[in-house]
Amino acid sequence: MRVLLVDDEEELVSTLAERLNMRGIEADWAARVEDAISLVGKTSYDIAVLDIKLPKMSGLQLKKKLEDLRPKMKFIFMTGHGSEADFRTGAAEAGEAFYLVKPVGIEILVEKMQEVMQSEGKLS
Amino acid sequence: MNRCDTGARTGLVFFGTISASISHELKNALAIINESAGLIEDFTLMAQKGLPLDPERLKTVAGRIQKQIQRADGIVKNMNRFAHSVDDPLKEIDLQDTLYFMSSLAHRLADRQSVTLEPAEAKGGVQILTDPFRLQNLLWHCIRFLLPFADSQKRIRMTIEEGAEEVRIQFSGAEGFVHGVPDTFPGEEEKILLDALGARLLTEKANERLVVALPKQLQP
Repeated sequence: MRVLLVDDEEELVSTLAERLNMRGIEADWAARVEDAISLVGKTSYDIAVLDIKLPKMSGLQLKKKLEDLRPKMKFIFMTGHGSEADFRTGAAEAGEAFYLVKPVGIEILVEKMQEVMQSEGKLS
Repeated sequence: MNRCDTGARTGLVFFGTISASISHELKNALAIINESAGLIEDFTLMAQKGLPLDPERLKTVAGRIQKQIQRADGIVKNMNRFAHSVDDPLKEIDLQDTLYFMSSLAHRLADRQSVTLEPAEAKGGVQILTDPFRLQNLLWHCIRFLLPFADSQKRIRMTIEEGAEEVRIQFSGAEGFVHGVPDTFPGEEEKILLDALGARLLTEKANERLVVALPKQLQP
């Protein structure tokens, strides 16, 4: 499984990527939307984990840009914002189960990633 | 909605917006602490399996946790100060200090538009008697209005000019707005705040600045 983590909190995504790598998941990270777009242009990721509130554009806007590059890529959202409106928008876009509120336990994140892969038939 | 209701709602919306922004930032600090603690746990599990622990890595992660705790402490201090700004409807404040405080509260909003807020230093500070919460609310409205107009340097500067009877807060670095000030600004909410603060909002087209003129002594 190859994943991309995108969040402007660099220390969060870099640490998370390191922990996922320890668990056998190939994880890259980006703290800027430009870097995320560039990485997705070069590499085929199975899943992108996006923060909802990013500088310059929202996670939902970034999702659309990344989908243009890789239509088969799947998405999980993470947010620090717990408003009802944000939840509805994020859940509508990603599915309620794939809209996680920070701080997210790594076991839950890995579980969600596996669910995504299973639903795609990429993981038994 | 009548004017009184609009004024009350403006204050509540401002309070809610800042509270949501603070909670968001706290969540991020907690998420980093959570991952860092998790990484230390991962290191110890690996050590139990016989892999050597690298003291330098542990030191780095511990430093990261300490940094985030300091960050969270600063956020909570700001939250506490903000909450207490409603205590006195009339209070002597240091205007320069208030501009720094507002920049700190609005930095997340500004960051999202890649703009830096820069309050300039005023020698000796500038003391005024005003309504602290409403002033913060008005400054927030001005910052939010100006952010999309930030120039190529993406910096909005705030300076204070002190006169005999009034002080002027000058916002510069958002030149674009003077060429097309929307009819909606100042809107009803800003007008209510301006009235309550005895303040005036001026657009200096020649200097490409937005100016808030405040009385040095707001009458009760």
